[in-house]
Amino acid sequence: MSRQANRGTESKKMSSELFTLTYGALVTQLCKDYESDEDVNKQLDRMGYNIGVRLIEDFLARSNVGRCHDFRETADVIAKVAFKMYLGITPSITNWSPAGDEFSLILENNPLVDFVELPDSHSSLIYSNLLCGVLRGALEMVQMAVEAKFVQDTLKGDGVTEIRMRFLRRIEDNLPAGEE
Amino acid sequence: MADEALFLLLHNEMVSGVYKSAEQGEVENGRCITKLENMGFRVGQGLIERFTKDTARFKDELDIMKFICKDFWTTVFKKQIDNLRTNHQGIYVLQDNKFRLLTQLSAGKQYLEHASKYLAFTCGLIRGGLSNLGIKSIVTAEVSSMPACKFQVMIQKL
Repeated sequence: MSRQANRGTESKKMSSELFTLTYGALVTQLCKDYESDEDVNKQLDRMGYNIGVRLIEDFLARSNVGRCHDFRETADVIAKVAFKMYLGITPSITNWSPAGDEFSLILENNPLVDFVELPDSHSSLIYSNLLCGVLRGALEMVQMAVEAKFVQDTLKGDGVTEIRMRFLRRIEDNLPAGEE
Repeated sequence: MADEALFLLLHNEMVSGVYKSAEQGEVENGRCITKLENMGFRVGQGLIERFTKDTARFKDELDIMKFICKDFWTTVFKKQIDNLRTNHQGIYVLQDNKFRLLTQLSAGKQYLEHASKYLAFTCGLIRGGLSNLGIKSIVTAEVSSMPACKFQVMIQKL
C-alpha cells in the first residue's frame, strides 16, 4: 500500500516536471527566435493570456467556487485555490494598497524556475512572465480587467518572487441590443 | 493537482506560437516541425533523466521500449501505449488509439492535415528520451483517423 502511495506522489511530481521542462524549452526557443528580451516577455505574456482565457473555464468547472464579492475574495481564490490546483503552491497575499485595489502575491518557491539559471546576457528577461498573462486572461473572462507584473524574482537574486496585481476596472457586459 | 490542463494548453500555445511567427509554405512548415521537435527532444532528455534515476538497469532495447510505452507514456499522457510492434530489426511502432494531444481536435477528416503539428513535439520527446538512454533514433508519426496515431521509431545502429 505505502509503495503504491509513494508511486502516486512520484508520478505527480513527474508531471509537474513535464510542465516545467516544457516551459523551459519554450522560453529557450523564444529567446532564439526573438532579438530582444522585451519581445520575448511580450510574447510570453500573450501566450499566457491565451492560456488564461481557456484555463478559467477548466478552473470554474473543477473548483466549484462561486462568485467573488470583492477583490480581496478574488485574491484569496487565486492564491489558495487556483495556484494550489495548477502549480501546487499557495502564494501568500500581502501589501494591500489602502484603497484595496492592489495586492502582491508572494511565491516562496516558483515551480517554473526549478531548473533555471538566467545567463547574464538575458538580464531583462522576465522568465515567468507567462503567469502574468494567465492571470490577466483568466480574470478578464470573469469581467475583471487587471494588471499583473513581476516586481521581484528569485532568478534575479531577490529573496522571493512577487507578482503585483492591480485592479483596473470592471468589464461591463455588452448585451446585444434589444436583450435584457 | 490539475496541471495536466496546464500542459495541454501550453502545448497548444507552443504550436500556434511557432506557426504564427512563421510564413506560409512547405519549407516553413518543415522548419516549424523541426522547432517543435527540438523542443520535445530537450524535454525528453530532461524528463527521462529524472525518471530513470531510481529504476533498475534495462535488459535490452525492447525493455527500454516497453518502459517508454508504459511508465513514460503514463506519466506524460495519463495512459499507456495501446500497441507496440517490432520487426526485431530496429523498427518499433507505437500505437496510441486515443492520443491525448489530439483528443481536443475534431475527430473528422477536416483537420487531418494539421495533425502533424501536434505530433512533432511528442516525436522529439521520444527521441530525446531514447537518446539519453543511449539509443540514437529517428521518430516519425502518422495519423490515419483521429485521435489514433502511430509513432514509428527507427533505431540507428552505431
